[in-house]
Amino acid sequence: MTSPAAPPVAKVSPWRTILPFVVMGGLVVITGFSQSWNVAFAILNLSVISAIMALGINMQWGYAGLVNFGVMGFTALGGMAVILIAADPVDDAWAAGGAGVLLGLLVLIAVGACTYALRKMLGGWIKTAVTLVVIGAGLYAASTFFGPSIDRIEDINPAETGFLGGLGLPVLLSWIAGGFLAAGAAFVLGKIALGLRADYLAIATLGVSEIVIAFLKNEEWLTRGVKNVIGLPRPVPFETEVREEAWFEQLQATLMMDEVTLSSLVVKGAYIVLFLIVLFIILWLAETALRSPWGRMMRAVRDNEMAAEAMGKDVKRLHLLVFVVGSGVIGLAGAMLTTLDGQFTPTSYQPLRFTFLVWVMVIVGGSGNNWGATLGAFVVWFAWVQAEPVGAWTIDLLTSFLGEDNPVREQLVANAAQMRLMVMGLVLLLVLRFFPRGLIPERQR
Amino acid sequence: MEDFLNAFVLLSNFALVPALAYGSQLALGALGVTLVFAVLRFSNFAHGETMAFGTMIAIFGTWGLQAAGVSIDPLPTALLAIPLAIVVTIGWVLITDKLVYRFYREKKSDEVILLIVSIGVMFVTAGVVRFAIGVDDQVFTDGERFVFSAREFRTYTGLREGLALRTTQVISVVAAVICVIALFIFLNRTRTGKAMRAYADNEDLATLSGIDAGKVVLVAWSLAAALAVLAGTLYGLDKSFKPFVYQQILLPIFAAAIVGGLGSPVGAIVGGYIIAFAEVLVTYAYIRFLRYLLPQEWLPEGLAQLVGTEYKFAVSFVILVVTLIIRPTGIFNKKPA
Amino acid sequence: MSLLTAEKMTGGYSASHDILHECTVTADRGEIAVIVGPNGAGKSTAMKAVFGMLNLREGSIKLDGRDLSDMKPTDRVANGMSFVPQVRNVFPSLTVEENLEMGAYLRRDDISETISEVFELFPVLKEKRRQPAGELSGGQRQQVAVGRALMTRPQVLMLDEPTAGVSPIVMDELFDRIIEIARTGLAVLMVEQNAKQALEIADRGYVLAQGRNAYTDTGAALLANPDVRRSFLGG
Repeated sequence: MTSPAAPPVAKVSPWRTILPFVVMGGLVVITGFSQSWNVAFAILNLSVISAIMALGINMQWGYAGLVNFGVMGFTALGGMAVILIAADPVDDAWAAGGAGVLLGLLVLIAVGACTYALRKMLGGWIKTAVTLVVIGAGLYAASTFFGPSIDRIEDINPAETGFLGGLGLPVLLSWIAGGFLAAGAAFVLGKIALGLRADYLAIATLGVSEIVIAFLKNEEWLTRGVKNVIGLPRPVPFETEVREEAWFEQLQATLMMDEVTLSSLVVKGAYIVLFLIVLFIILWLAETALRSPWGRMMRAVRDNEMAAEAMGKDVKRLHLLVFVVGSGVIGLAGAMLTTLDGQFTPTSYQPLRFTFLVWVMVIVGGSGNNWGATLGAFVVWFAWVQAEPVGAWTIDLLTSFLGEDNPVREQLVANAAQMRLMVMGLVLLLVLRFFPRGLIPERQR
Repeated sequence: MEDFLNAFVLLSNFALVPALAYGSQLALGALGVTLVFAVLRFSNFAHGETMAFGTMIAIFGTWGLQAAGVSIDPLPTALLAIPLAIVVTIGWVLITDKLVYRFYREKKSDEVILLIVSIGVMFVTAGVVRFAIGVDDQVFTDGERFVFSAREFRTYTGLREGLALRTTQVISVVAAVICVIALFIFLNRTRTGKAMRAYADNEDLATLSGIDAGKVVLVAWSLAAALAVLAGTLYGLDKSFKPFVYQQILLPIFAAAIVGGLGSPVGAIVGGYIIAFAEVLVTYAYIRFLRYLLPQEWLPEGLAQLVGTEYKFAVSFVILVVTLIIRPTGIFNKKPA
Repeated sequence: MSLLTAEKMTGGYSASHDILHECTVTADRGEIAVIVGPNGAGKSTAMKAVFGMLNLREGSIKLDGRDLSDMKPTDRVANGMSFVPQVRNVFPSLTVEENLEMGAYLRRDDISETISEVFELFPVLKEKRRQPAGELSGGQRQQVAVGRALMTRPQVLMLDEPTAGVSPIVMDELFDRIIEIARTGLAVLMVEQNAKQALEIADRGYVLAQGRNAYTDTGAALLANPDVRRSFLGG
């Protein structure tokens, strides 16, 4: 269907995609030599996780034009899945309140089902009224089971447990669970909010993510709240275990590195390999989906919603699907992040770091292009980490004329780490203005 | 009868008065958001940071004045610093408009693009604020703490419950009332104000009538900045200043603006109070209040708190979602949003 | 030389595609000039060209001897033109009176006299002057729109399909008012879909076809012309 007047489609050289990654790899190697390999590996680990988050947002924004400002919430839900799946169960807590909590959950599910069924049957204002009554009564009923059980659970050895614990299953399973947990939450949220205008959806998702964090901070029976869950199981051996292996000693002899650094590098390397496998699987799936008729349809919907609707495409369903899948991918990345940290700390989730930084990654990399979003994650995370030392150095230099113990200088040097926010903002604004399609623009297909 | 009075005083002290003050602060914040939306047609996610920026300047001003020994005791010194903060913040906002937003406005970019652009501005402003003043709590209120304290109230009335009225609460409400009246006089009585409403109503016809878009935009940004400074400083005086909190307060502010009807000034004010009262009343523990009113055997167990205080964001969000589902244009908006 | 002379206008919305081809319209004081023609003939485009909302490649627009060809629409308003768009032609949340005030935004003198003139012309508006324009009926909104345009005391009033979407009764009423406006000494230039009715009140009629002047005559003559009747007025 090419009209004669249409300009010939420019052939994009694959180097347009490969070269930036090579440059990026070079930067990491330089970091390895000039700062330390530990820093370089840490950057790589988080870059890969961030890339997966960016892919999730890219599916929603780049493919479908949906604004999801709830990245933080889905990430945290993924993190919670690690507790639920991999932490050791606390038997005393289960004995004390497990039954009550399960009953409470059953009531909640029943309420959900009732509401859904009633809303199908009724119409008009009665529908709203009945929904409110059923939900109100249901929440009350559930709380009669929850309340006492939760108190009992939280009373059991609060200094060390005070929560139900998890299932004690292999931690890798929790990655999948994290994806599904986030996807489930996205389904509910999507049902409510996807019909809304773009900025309302943005605010709604932002709000839900704040609520998720409030929930995780306060429901101690589930997540220990601000007391954090530490010592989560790992998919890779501990550094001390690595050091006892025979091959490690050989490696150490060849590389002539000290034991502690090398073992830490080996562990980080193992994580990188695991994360890269996940990244490539998701990248492959995302690219396949984008090239499929489904992907074409998705982009058609994004570019002209009305026309697509007129063509009989069920825009609502498509949006819901892509919202759920994208959020699931973010949840998966969230579980990976918590696994890497080995602990779950709800207070560490902040929208600037989790939601908006991921958005910067997607926009900078090139929304609509999976390779772009991936590259964006690497570039932005690298800049985010390096902005701190570079910022401190710059400030130190710029304020050196003020004298060593000038209070203004001390204040500025102490806050130099905040330079990274400015850098991120400027990068985002400059890219939006001068390369609105990102470092690797969306390909015309 | 005395029980009833005691119950009411108790509720006022812990819920109604704080909600009134908080509602005033939200209303001022939401007015800024709504003005930017009405004239510039996008949801400004940087507004929370604009508030933080303005408050920061007010704090610096306060420190300067305190160092110079200037005081308006019993009122907080920060009030004197507000004009300076407003001027600086308007300057900052106009710079962002000139360097950032204007380009997209002239290109008539989609509102989503402007929204994402405002995220960039949010990052930069957040960086500037945190860089200049740090991320820690700053308490900058001084002067007389109370208009009257709970003890004074008890001795005066003879009631068992006390009602404390903090200076900052009174200032918040009074400032909000003055601002709102001034804003409405401006919008409904002055040529520029009417031009602004006309521009918000119908951009093309306004331009055709000779209304200068550049001037309207300038005035809208300036008003939004001034309101942001007031809202932020009053909130900071009432509670304390912490950059992180100003990021979070964006949600109730948006909720207030949307519940009232994005683009409607009256709506923003009503929305501000709705959100504030809902947040406070839903998370208030009613047990002591009920003890005055109900016979012993009717009293519920526990604190009689509907929702834990930690979930106050959830309250604004639930109201927001219910509004969006039932009446997405908000209470005071007739045209489809 | 008429009061308003738009001569040999050629151009379109994009540089490569012309919609108007040497199209000429004129209007004189106290006269109603009507542009009619089939859909897509370029009627509204011709009017927008006169008002400067479209870049012309060739042709000139003169009002009272002054050349306005290179002016922005706002400057043309300042120079005696006034335009009522077909849709979105009022400020819905502003009151009727405020709508009129905004119409006179460019004026810095006392506008109360002009306001009472408009109220005399449209008595309903006086009654409803404190009501938001968005709450009025379709016909009343059109009156507000015309009234707003009159506030600059223009020499020529241009109306883009003022009767689109209003009932026949309201249409007759509106046409009566437009005649009255012309009597006060204004030139009225109007694009109309309801060709027959419009030509009945027209002192001068332009039938456009494919962006060119097809027939130009007095309204009555055009109505009597069998060719025009057959091709453009449906027999």
